[in-house]
Amino acid sequence: MTVDAGFMTPGDKSWVREWLFTIDHKRIGMLYLWCIMAFFAVGVFLGLLMRLELFWPGKDLIGPQEYNAVFTLHGVIMVFLVVIPSIPAAFGNIFLPLQLGAEDVAFPRLNTFSFWLYVIGGGTALVSLFTGGGAPDTGWTFYVPFSSVTTTNVSMAVAGVFILGFSSILTGLNFIVTIHRLRAPGLSWARLPLFAWSLYATAWIQVLATPILSITVVLIIIERLLGMGIFDPARGGDPILYQHLFWIYSHPAVYIMILPAMGVISDIIPVFCRKSIFGYKTIVGSSLAIAFAGSLVWAHHMFVSGMSDTAVMVFSFLTFVVAVPSAVKVFNWLSTMYKGSIRPEPPLIFALGFIFLFAMGGITGLVLGSAGTDMHVHDTYFVVGHFHYVIFGGTGFGMFAAIHYWFPKMYGRMYDRRQAIISALLLVVGLNGLYFPMYLLGLAGMPRRYYDYLPQYTQLHQFSTYGSWITLIGLGLMCYNLIRSRYRGEPAGRNPWAAATLEWTLPSPPPTHNFDQEPVVTHGPYEFGEVQDDA
Amino acid sequence: MHEHRDYQGAKMGMWLFLFTEILLFGGLFVLYAVTLGRFPIEFHEASKLLDVTMGTTNTVVLITSSLFAALAVTALQKGNRRLAEVFIGLTVALACCFLVIKYFEWSHKFHMGIYPGSADIADWAPGKQAFFALYYTMTGLHGVHVLIGMALFGWVWWLIRAGKCTSDHYVALENGGLYWHLVDLVWIFLFPLYYLIT
Ligand code: HEM
Ligand SMILES: [Cu+2]
Repeated sequence: MTVDAGFMTPGDKSWVREWLFTIDHKRIGMLYLWCIMAFFAVGVFLGLLMRLELFWPGKDLIGPQEYNAVFTLHGVIMVFLVVIPSIPAAFGNIFLPLQLGAEDVAFPRLNTFSFWLYVIGGGTALVSLFTGGGAPDTGWTFYVPFSSVTTTNVSMAVAGVFILGFSSILTGLNFIVTIHRLRAPGLSWARLPLFAWSLYATAWIQVLATPILSITVVLIIIERLLGMGIFDPARGGDPILYQHLFWIYSHPAVYIMILPAMGVISDIIPVFCRKSIFGYKTIVGSSLAIAFAGSLVWAHHMFVSGMSDTAVMVFSFLTFVVAVPSAVKVFNWLSTMYKGSIRPEPPLIFALGFIFLFAMGGITGLVLGSAGTDMHVHDTYFVVGHFHYVIFGGTGFGMFAAIHYWFPKMYGRMYDRRQAIISALLLVVGLNGLYFPMYLLGLAGMPRRYYDYLPQYTQLHQFSTYGSWITLIGLGLMCYNLIRSRYRGEPAGRNPWAAATLEWTLPSPPPTHNFDQEPVVTHGPYEFGEVQDDA
Repeated sequence: MHEHRDYQGAKMGMWLFLFTEILLFGGLFVLYAVTLGRFPIEFHEASKLLDVTMGTTNTVVLITSSLFAALAVTALQKGNRRLAEVFIGLTVALACCFLVIKYFEWSHKFHMGIYPGSADIADWAPGKQAFFALYYTMTGLHGVHVLIGMALFGWVWWLIRAGKCTSDHYVALENGGLYWHLVDLVWIFLFPLYYLIT
């Protein structure tokens, strides 16, 4: 059976004009999705490479300098090219206007421009590998003084980060205006789907935090090219100031990474429990609270940097405060499931994986947030374990959940549900195998960013590498299933999950102009009584 | 597809963008504040090396150009396209003037060996060096914004000529003006912080 290709139908212009210069938000979202997936594959490859190197103590595959370059790249690619744009740029672009009942985002051309900036920034970051004095070796944080003196190609890489940051700002700006101005009649703020709400909170962080990163990386470039000495103590500068500026962005950035994923989960859980979400207002409130409070805790990355004791105590306390709204969300999700009529479809399985892994990462976050324990595990594998649980288990799983939830809408076809569930389970097992040993390694004192280690860590490292292979199998199965289904899957119809948000009232894939007539919204996003089952 | 025009949306987008610009400079102002706190005396001494006359002239030049930018908007709103073009031209001319003065100021400093990394200042007190590092960075970044603003006005001027920015749809010019006021505003903070601290 064939599926009407909707907005993906080839037009009469050339492919480049049709796609690369499109101003259709759905196509732009798809382009982001594909680019992000490609970068993700590169990042995973680099991660696996590190795991292989760490299988035995001593040098196996790559030497220390290459290892430094590999973890830097892995980090830069994963953070700036994959996780930060992941859900907002890909799924936000495709589905935000649809959920609002709008024709497009507020500034369609600006949207194309952001995409181009993303490509150019990503390209610049990649080119920095092969040119200049060799791939950057500073770690993705580009800490001074090392980043201002190393001979590797840092300037180019941070220029890429600057451009990517600009792209992120413009996407956020576009979304804020879109949500304010383009909601369909009847779609009051209290009826906004939680995914849209989470994008709204995220967009504010993008707009407010990213400029600080931009100026920070500009300063690195200026330091390197002109020798300004702004961070050089001998010339009146202060390297700790760099860390403050960097984390003022990069801590809120972790909420850019996680909030949209939380939004996806909040949209998925009610649909597969056939129950209205428990505590809509608290979920909205906690998103905004996370966005706000999350901006005040950056210095918890700097407990051992030599800040004053008072500062350490204040930031430690504030960090505990942000944990509250996150916990509130988990509580809301679980309460929604309580006594719901649960349909264990793949998106829900991924969502549950998210909750589990995110909780694992969040709880260890408290260990890092309390200054006393952080002293012990700072810059050890404990940290690596923590952030992978949160960003791979959290954002990554949020992304996978989103793909499985919206796949039938994007392609008009359904994937093999059994395979999807198996891949989700493999990934949960694999991630635990991969990252749980890192907690133990960290507690035992294994520092991060080392290509070699003492023999007593061997067993845990090997365990972790086995985990990385299971993860790889899980990812492989998931990709195979999705790619095959994109061409061969059963036609999925308009609303296979019987969801109540606006995007499901459109044909799958949606037509280029979205809605024939502007929809009028008469009920909330999780009132399933009104949903007509799909024929 | 009908053309989507949302005047309020466009303005809102511009205000948000200006906000990000303020934050961009905000990072530098924070650096300035912290460094000033650490080296108040050195900052005072270094500040005396700047040329207050040139700085003042530039302040006047920039404020005047901002006035012309505002007049351009009013002129276009009232339907006087010619006059709007003239005012835009004057704005850009004054922006140029600003940069020329800046150029003389900077090259004079360079000539005296006052620039980061120069041999002459290597054994100055760290605080004085930091003053000039920040001075060049912040006024340099501001200068880049002046250039961007000029390009922006060039583009709006072209839009007006092409009949795409008219007395009914003047939001492009209005947004250009807003941007220019921001550039002006940043300078109004830079000027006392660098030239007038005692
Ligand atoms: C199969 C998947 C992955 C594997 C095997 C993997 C493995 C690793 C390893 C071994 C390190 C180096 C730790 C160190 O030496 O300190 C690392 C660092 C890192 N990873 Fe991953 N990772 C994976 C996926 C991800 C994902 C999905 C993200 C982000 C979304 C991510 C973000 C990072 C970051 C930010 C660093 C820190 C780099 C640095 O220290 O500068 N990784 N990863
Ligand atoms: Cu943090």
